Amino acid sequence: MDAFYFLMDGLATAAQPMLLVYALIGVTLGTAVGVLPGIGPALTVALLLPVTYRLDPTGSLIMFAGIYYGGMYGGSTTSILLNTPGESASIITALEGNKMARKGRGGPALATAAIGSFVAGLIATLALAFLAPWIVKVALIFGPREYFALMVLAFVTVSAAFGDSTLRGLVSLFLGLALACIGIDQLSGQARLSFGVPEMLDGIEVTTLAVAMFAIGEAMAVAGRVGTEDDSVIAVKGSVWMSREDWKRSWKPWLRGTATGFPIGAMPAGGAEIGTFLSYATEKKLTKHPEEFGHGAIEGVAGPEAANNASAAGTLVPLLTLGLPTTATAAIMLAGFQQFGLQPGPLLFATNPTLVWGLIASLLIANAMLLVLNLPLIGLWVKLLTIPKPWLYAGILLFATLGTIGANPSSVELGMLLAFGVLGYVMRLYGYPIAPIVIGLILGPMAEQQLRRALSISQGDWTTLIQSPVAAGLLAVAALALIIPMILRARGKGAVLSQMAADED
Amino acid sequence: MKSLVLATLLAGAVALPALADYTIIAPANPGGGWDQTARTMQTVMQEEGISPRTQVQNVPGAGGTIGLAQFASQNSGNGEALIVGGYVMVGAILTNNSPVSLQDVTPIARLTGEYEAIVVPAASPIQDMQGLVDAMRADPGAVSWAGGSAGGADHIAVGLIAQEAGVDPTKINYIAYSGGGEALAALLGNQVTAGMSSLGEMEAQIEAGTLRLLAVSSPERIEGVDAPTLIETGLDVELQNWRMVAAPPGLSDEQRAKIDADIEKMVKSDAWQQQLADKGWADTYLAGEEFDAQLAADIASTEEILRQIGLVK
Repeated sequence: MDAFYFLMDGLATAAQPMLLVYALIGVTLGTAVGVLPGIGPALTVALLLPVTYRLDPTGSLIMFAGIYYGGMYGGSTTSILLNTPGESASIITALEGNKMARKGRGGPALATAAIGSFVAGLIATLALAFLAPWIVKVALIFGPREYFALMVLAFVTVSAAFGDSTLRGLVSLFLGLALACIGIDQLSGQARLSFGVPEMLDGIEVTTLAVAMFAIGEAMAVAGRVGTEDDSVIAVKGSVWMSREDWKRSWKPWLRGTATGFPIGAMPAGGAEIGTFLSYATEKKLTKHPEEFGHGAIEGVAGPEAANNASAAGTLVPLLTLGLPTTATAAIMLAGFQQFGLQPGPLLFATNPTLVWGLIASLLIANAMLLVLNLPLIGLWVKLLTIPKPWLYAGILLFATLGTIGANPSSVELGMLLAFGVLGYVMRLYGYPIAPIVIGLILGPMAEQQLRRALSISQGDWTTLIQSPVAAGLLAVAALALIIPMILRARGKGAVLSQMAADED
Repeated sequence: MKSLVLATLLAGAVALPALADYTIIAPANPGGGWDQTARTMQTVMQEEGISPRTQVQNVPGAGGTIGLAQFASQNSGNGEALIVGGYVMVGAILTNNSPVSLQDVTPIARLTGEYEAIVVPAASPIQDMQGLVDAMRADPGAVSWAGGSAGGADHIAVGLIAQEAGVDPTKINYIAYSGGGEALAALLGNQVTAGMSSLGEMEAQIEAGTLRLLAVSSPERIEGVDAPTLIETGLDVELQNWRMVAAPPGLSDEQRAKIDADIEKMVKSDAWQQQLADKGWADTYLAGEEFDAQLAADIASTEEILRQIGLVK
């Protein structure tokens, strides 16, 4: 049981008072940047990298790990309370989380997110410690065609985020797919739909669209509703803590979210978002309270939040075992390793066990620290909702704008932020869901690129898409997910017709 | 009031010793090579007292051309602004039809460089460069290459190899990935025939025996690397993915001389050399007319090969 011995040793290393302080600084900073829309963990780690030249490697990497986990967690707070996700992995959390907060259940929503993140972080970090070499072998099986099949599955399940009307959901999704076509095509290097505007060459930034749609759109919608009854938000109703019922409905989504998020995070082109989409769809399918989905179902917060934290740990699998950075934050952590003369890769576990196990142990500590830091804060966070609306939303507008300008100092970017904000408002006004447009922007390029890569490798042979067992299996699941509800609906035709009539309203 | 503030500022500027406060633009997202170069410069300049309050600003996008355009238009005559760039920018300017080119800024010096490595998965039947070239000659489409962004250094290197091997460069099957990491994953997963990336990114895998190194793009053999150069294998290809620093247009001779001296002082410092050693970057410092000549030659050859691949019309 070498690994176990090393882990204990690592825990002893990471439990030194000074290193605990670094971990605390890391999670606090991480939570703070996660809360601010637009400023991601990648930028924070990059800014801190020069500061850490004077620290020892273990200390600075522990701090980075804290920022990483903290950022993944912090994003959920604003999603739930203010309907403004701090980063793209917590977009799905806003769907149910904000509905809960509006009904005075912000406390339980934040708690299930915090505890779910902790549970997922714990399980995923242990999986990273003990299973990394095997997980990475599975992750490497995923080539372009397998990724494409995974994207098809994600597209099929995305309808779970459509809200009440499929037609409006699809309109929103396709708007996102259209926006996704803008910019330099990665495979041919040619510009598409950029209309000669250099800033559009890199396409629409996901965070810009998400912040605009959610934060700016929400602020305008709130301003437009002032004085009407729709405006009422109950700050706290019942307990701030989770009830027995909440626990009962949360624990399974936590585990399922972890099981979805971790492997997808470990895939070199997986990313944190896909796991949250799939988790949300799964929970909506499995829930005993389908009527609550879209109106504040706790499963819809618990699952995706667990998934995005598990995927953060998953990202470290290829980084530590192969030296492959699969997210911007991981790329900077890799730079951090190199700065101390360490080369992550197949040999790192063997050549530098103290550091690797110290890092894994400090992830566990950072994870526990996040819970300790955040649970008592929930009471305070919920009070945010009692701040008078004009002040609160003025603050959100300020931070959203600052975050966007901070990440990308350009007037065109700011213009896009405002234009998409207006679009977000108009869509809200006419009852179009806004999550699908952002999902379309995330999934569109991934699906397109993987499909074209697969076809390029096979020299145009479409059958390649079903020749791999993994890809064929995923496509089959996607097909079933599409067809079975159709059959079920066809059986009860009358119900379907009335449903469709309701959708068209 | 305004003029008073201005006067105070001017007086302050005159009273200051001849130390600059550089702002370095990294025309890429945090984490990439240009960002790391800019932040390393920042650290060394501060440690060596060349510029005590150096700032780094990221202006990402389109292979650095967005940062370059913004830099050239906003900083004309500003002796305290610098931008990091590199070989990838040369290709990006051409493929993106960028209105601003390297002629619109003042290139100061080449700082570091990395050579390209040609690898195949360990399980591949291809044993050496000759085997790879034979496979390309037999059916160029059947040889899929994983590498970085379209039109970047990796893509250009593949194009040059095809050209030298007598294969039509428009026929090469180049699969662009968003970064070295993803391309590496495709190689490790045995999904492509061969890979092209900087040697540093591949080194750990080559050492571990999961990738086979066929050749490197350096002019001479690299110490400690067990592979021939492309030239030795009969392909006259030499390519360095270099990184450079440039200043704004419209500088006076004094301003230019000051920046030249500061950069030289930075490059010659022990702190810089230590940073390069830690990061595994080669010191390929080249300044003045020699750098200008090399830049012109690189731009010409890049334009030709991009035209042949069909990325530039």
